[in-house]
Amino acid sequence: MSTVALDTVATLRAVRRRVHRRQRLLVVALTVLVVGLFLVRALLGDYRISFVDGIRMVSGTTIPGASFIFLESTLPRACMSVLAGAAFASAGAAYQSMLRNPLASPDVLGINLGASAAAVFSVVLLGWSGTPVALVAFSGAVAVALAIHGFAGRGGAATGRMILVGVGLAAVLSSVVHWVLLRADIYRAQDALVWLTGSLGSVSWDEIVRLGVVVAIALPLLTVVTRQLGVLGLGDDLAAGLGVRAHRLRGLVTALVVLLTASATAACGPIAFVGFLSGPIARRLTGGRTSVPAAALVGAAMVLAADYVSAYAVPGTAFPVGVVTGLAGAPVLVWLLVAGRRSIARR
Amino acid sequence: MPVAVVVAGGVVAVALAVAFSLLVGTQAVSPSGIVNALTGGAVSDQVRGIADSRVDRTLIGIVVGAAVGVCGVVLQGLTRNPLAEPGILGINSGAALAVVVGIKVFAISGVAGYVWFALAGAVLTAVIVQLLALLAPVRAQPVTMALAGAAVMATSTSLVGAILVSDQGALDVFRFWQVGSVAGRDASIVLDVAPLLVVGFVLALSSGSVLNTVALGDDLARGLGQRVLLHRLLAATGAILLAASATALAGPIAFVGLVVPHVVRAVVGPDHRRILLGALFAGPVLVVVADTLGRVVAAPSEVQAGIICAVVGAPFLVGLVRRMNVA
Repeated sequence: MSTVALDTVATLRAVRRRVHRRQRLLVVALTVLVVGLFLVRALLGDYRISFVDGIRMVSGTTIPGASFIFLESTLPRACMSVLAGAAFASAGAAYQSMLRNPLASPDVLGINLGASAAAVFSVVLLGWSGTPVALVAFSGAVAVALAIHGFAGRGGAATGRMILVGVGLAAVLSSVVHWVLLRADIYRAQDALVWLTGSLGSVSWDEIVRLGVVVAIALPLLTVVTRQLGVLGLGDDLAAGLGVRAHRLRGLVTALVVLLTASATAACGPIAFVGFLSGPIARRLTGGRTSVPAAALVGAAMVLAADYVSAYAVPGTAFPVGVVTGLAGAPVLVWLLVAGRRSIARR
Repeated sequence: MPVAVVVAGGVVAVALAVAFSLLVGTQAVSPSGIVNALTGGAVSDQVRGIADSRVDRTLIGIVVGAAVGVCGVVLQGLTRNPLAEPGILGINSGAALAVVVGIKVFAISGVAGYVWFALAGAVLTAVIVQLLALLAPVRAQPVTMALAGAAVMATSTSLVGAILVSDQGALDVFRFWQVGSVAGRDASIVLDVAPLLVVGFVLALSSGSVLNTVALGDDLARGLGQRVLLHRLLAATGAILLAASATALAGPIAFVGLVVPHVVRAVVGPDHRRILLGALFAGPVLVVVADTLGRVVAAPSEVQAGIICAVVGAPFLVGLVRRMNVA
């Protein structure tokens, strides 16, 4: 009997090792991909810059012509792509994992829109800018998160109700945004529209630093906390028996998700589908396990690629990055719905 | 509740809403002045102009409210989904995308031009969302449908953004359309879409018994000798025609199609024939009152009827969802 138990232990250990090795390999591969895309985005724009020149400019040398484009446009956009992609994606993956529903990401639930409605209101109608706007965006996201958690109630159907409440709130908030756009003069309305679509066109180093700090603190925390979420699948009582306080854990995850989502939205607008799709894509790649770092890397790669396409796909016209992710995301969503149906049918 | 009571109550409610709409507004005109103008008495040109514009927006509000309210009843009945509504199903945003394409590519302007684009966009989106929802298991359909609507909305919003960020002129036309308003339009535009409205109302209002059998489930409906598919198709066509013409007239007005059927059902009971009849009155009351409130809440400026409806509709949606047991 003890040999059987030992065999089982050995098999389990082997499986776990294999899964962990696969995850580590994946994270390394995705990191290489993100670094590659980062270099492409930063160096290979309309104006090509060699890697060596890039290093020299970062360390302070001025190269006429190149410096401005590199330091004021392509490099900040690449940095912001990585940060915003990682923020949206890790928040999405953690939320989907916590609510155990691949559809329950912050952007579908209207949390992004809460941030952007509040931000647009304060920028267009109150004329604010900078840190106050980020704070207002954060409060907007918090308000929506509180509303959907509060209104959905408890019980088995709570996630489904959260989605419905979130979709409904999103409809209301977008009508508020439409009203704000109407009240503004046309130039401001156009700026607001670009931002609402999700744009990296006007990022500043201040915003990059601000978002960088948030991501540097919240992403590792979220990675650690999300590992405990699996225990919640056993039910709150059993989780409590294993030393996990379900309420506190959910509250912490929600707070981190809102923080990441709101900060990224305040910096570059709600970039469509990144939070929604990165988690499921990363799950496919890891073989069905939630990995916040993998999702963050997928999100970063997605935004880098989409920003490159949006800037150079149509010569002479620079689309906001959200247009590209919005267009590319729809077919993926349909595929997820179809795949979800098949897996349910198989069960 | 007997039909006569529904009709009588509906007529009284609409009459009160119309009176409210005609007599209240941002302009300081005495009610007696408006009454004088409407009865053909001697008044200044200014008062006459104000009275005329109020008559126009009230008429459009009545038509749009009736169309969206009835459309909501048919959509909710057909899909057996208590949240089915042109806004949540993405039909409005599909229509909006088509209108933007019309403004940008074909340089259309004016409601008579918008209507065909809004119609095409609405039909296409309705078909896409319904097909996507069919992919999900039955119990999960309210959620899947809402998500398919959200996905369609996200995609068409991206496309609208792509078109509008590089075209300020189109944005300036479009932003006034997309809030959903019954103001600033001449009542004669109703005539432009009148054929669609008539066909839509006939198809939708005659679908009451179909919706009653659909409520029993497909198998039972077939067992009762209904040609389920044909009748459903006719009812759906009516609903989409109504949604499209209302969107063409007033822009996307959210939540009216959601709220009206539930309120009416609570009053008149579960028979869809009565609900359709009641929605024909309740829709206009909601839109006309929302439009009038919009003139008062932020006076001297106005808040568009579509925004008032969304703000009023949101708590309603929340209350509805809380009672649902969805997957």
